[in-house]
Amino acid sequence: MTRNTSGPAARSSRPGEPAASRAAARPVRDGVALGLAVGTSGLAFGAAAVGSGLSIAQACVLSLLAFTGASQFALAGSVAAGGSLIGGVAGAILLGSRNALYGLRMTGLLEPRGPRKLLTAQGVIDETTAVSLAQPGAASARLAFRATFATLYVTWNLSTLLGAYGAGRLGSPQSLGIDVVGPAAFLALIWPQLRAGRTERAVGLLGAAIALTATPFLPPGVPVILAALAALAGALATPAPEPPAPEAGPVPAEPA
Amino acid sequence: MTGIWVAVLVTAVGCYALKLTGLTVPRSVLNNPRVRRFAELVPVALLAALVAVQTFGAGQSLAVDPARLAGLGAAVVALLLRAPFLVVIVVAAGAAAALRALGVA
Repeated sequence: MTRNTSGPAARSSRPGEPAASRAAARPVRDGVALGLAVGTSGLAFGAAAVGSGLSIAQACVLSLLAFTGASQFALAGSVAAGGSLIGGVAGAILLGSRNALYGLRMTGLLEPRGPRKLLTAQGVIDETTAVSLAQPGAASARLAFRATFATLYVTWNLSTLLGAYGAGRLGSPQSLGIDVVGPAAFLALIWPQLRAGRTERAVGLLGAAIALTATPFLPPGVPVILAALAALAGALATPAPEPPAPEAGPVPAEPA
Repeated sequence: MTGIWVAVLVTAVGCYALKLTGLTVPRSVLNNPRVRRFAELVPVALLAALVAVQTFGAGQSLAVDPARLAGLGAAVVALLLRAPFLVVIVVAAGAAAALRALGVA
């Protein structure tokens, strides 16, 4: 839901910049606002997960430990499809691979070391990356990261519990339209990307076509992985214009 | 149920490992423009595929569920009107639920 156009925060990764303390209010405000807004969509995940056949505990453990929305929705979807869970797990993990790419970008800003790196890693997702890179300095980026991570983590997990519990008490998932929650959520998540350019739209359409074509022939979950071929085709057709300067440049920000 | 627990835990470990990898791998990996572009495009391809499969898939076959299709259509309208994420979800589910309650679809 947010798109940041540049990453001024990435210009400097030196700790202890004097500007940071003066600018402390904004990163926290930005992070808390985004964390609260996006975190409530855990309601949708909790409801979709239980509607797909996960238990309330399984939905909550997924939010606590996986903590990356698209992968969680993907796993729930493959459980609902009732096919190979291996394919579902592989698809969910593949969807999480973009967090690794955010990490490449964030490590210079956050400079996590030792045990702290283990905690920082859990927070490297779309929203925290977007808010951090929108900040004017490395210190405020670190503050923004912590504020977004903390707010989003708490909100996402509480709303997962509420959504899962509510879905369990509200009758049949079909009659509530919960089977539409997954596809609608994914569509909303890629919407900014689809609006961003012709290549993105082409890759999205090709990915959808590949998956639908493969569905009758392969176990559920696998066709979605095959759709990565569309991204490969898109990358070969339109490579990024230049290698990223290590300390600057735009970062694509799509919500998790 | 045990199978689902294993799937949940393996997914959690895998997703976490990827996040940690990103903070650990040398940045030179991203210097290849095609690698970078692929990484940008992967979520679009996979999520669009999920939208399609979850809308038209019925196990290993394809099927058209009018209520589900209408729900997704409602989501598109909400997105075109720039509705927030949660509103899009509620509108989509509500449209499908309403059509089913009315027995229209």
